[in-house]
Amino acid sequence: MKPFDYERADDTDGAIATVSDDPTATYLGGGTNLVDHMKLGVAEPGKLVDITKLPYDFVETLPDGRVSVGATVRNSELAASHVIRQSYPVLAQALLAGASGQLRNLATTGGNLVQRTRCAYFQDPSTPCNKREPGSGCSALEGWNRHHAILGASEHCVATHPSDMAVALAALDATVVVRGSNGQRRIPVTELHRLPGDEPERDTVLEHGELITSVELPAPSVSARSTYRKVRERASYAFALVSVAAVMEVDEGTVRDARIALGGVAHKPWRAEAAERELRGTPATEENFRRAAEAELEQAESLRDNAFKIPMTRNTLCAVLRELTREDRA
Amino acid sequence: MDAEITLRVDGQRRTLSVDTRTTLLDALRERLGVISPKKGCDHGQCGACTVLLDGRRVTSCLTLAVAQDGAEVTTAEGLSEGDRPHPVQQAFLEHDGFQCGYCTPGQVCSAVGMLDEVKAGWPSHVTENLEEEPDLDDEEIRERMSGNLCRCGAYTNIVSAIREAAE
Repeated sequence: MKPFDYERADDTDGAIATVSDDPTATYLGGGTNLVDHMKLGVAEPGKLVDITKLPYDFVETLPDGRVSVGATVRNSELAASHVIRQSYPVLAQALLAGASGQLRNLATTGGNLVQRTRCAYFQDPSTPCNKREPGSGCSALEGWNRHHAILGASEHCVATHPSDMAVALAALDATVVVRGSNGQRRIPVTELHRLPGDEPERDTVLEHGELITSVELPAPSVSARSTYRKVRERASYAFALVSVAAVMEVDEGTVRDARIALGGVAHKPWRAEAAERELRGTPATEENFRRAAEAELEQAESLRDNAFKIPMTRNTLCAVLRELTREDRA
Repeated sequence: MDAEITLRVDGQRRTLSVDTRTTLLDALRERLGVISPKKGCDHGQCGACTVLLDGRRVTSCLTLAVAQDGAEVTTAEGLSEGDRPHPVQQAFLEHDGFQCGYCTPGQVCSAVGMLDEVKAGWPSHVTENLEEEPDLDDEEIRERMSGNLCRCGAYTNIVSAIREAAE
């Protein structure tokens, strides 16, 4: 690991100024991804600004019913929070499907969002990788690519974003509140992460020095049902091969609203807009679920080892839609 | 870059100067001689380095010592009261919850932290109803302990030990 300076931030603007002024500086949250990447030689910051003592450890319901989650709330605390369990089950389930108990106790809300989109080659500095070293080539294209993207990839990068939490936030239409040296801005979480295009080294639209301070969830809809389903190679503690987060409103057998996000299939949490369009206003039937899934997956492209993800995504999405639209469900 | 930090480790106040690159695990083992947390994968994947940090179970290999200045750290060694093992340690002994023993201090710390999480009503991935108090059956124990690997495969007895300690 390269030597670095460490500072514990005690005010937000100071932390932002410090990182903004130093191109080698970066924020430290729970460290579960960053410290690992520093050990691997993938990340080599010259300065760490620890933001875990800043006053963002809150989950609060705002007067208009929205819920604001501070950036330093640990993943375990957020999953256990009563308002999240009661009103946003898809988010609690996604958090609980991620990592292990020990990691969830360290990992923060903001850090989970800005963990790197990655693959095994990205984490191995002895191999070419356009994300780690722009222009060096992509080892996964012709290599081992079982875990890689089927949607929105480019010839430069086929890695996937591994967060479960972010997939649920995408289906919930959450907003990310960001502060930088020019003040505050709000970004829909679906626009926070980027597709690789020809700049795979950039995972998000954040500028250097911008800090996520909170995530806002829209007021919960009483008539909506939501869930998160994750398919993986082990029963626990593994990244998703495919995951589905969905928020559905069904009235007398007709889909009024559908908000669906897919994980494990793209460089970012993938909002399934084509499937949503197919579903809205149509009867909640198996045939329509399948048609919606097929519409989304029309644009899917597989590599040597990951073609299985296309039918797996279709089947998982149909299973989730079936579960959320079952009449007898309490 | 060096920094002076103070930790409370197994009830004792320890002040030391660390290179900022030092993980909490390396500070404990290499600098303070506290060797019950073990280095397995060193990437947060095996759980052998699990300690209780301000009462919560964490992988000590993925957190920097400098970031834990002022924290309270409890290792498996600090769980016992003198010669009397902690109930979770006693249950591991009675159920033969190990073979080589390398993962055991991490398993024990993880189990102690996990039982507190259950007591606080925290759900897990396999909890059927997120709004009810979780019932700690074997499926729950396995899911909640999935961050601790045992290369000897003593899982059956580890689950038995934790089941008994929970009662």
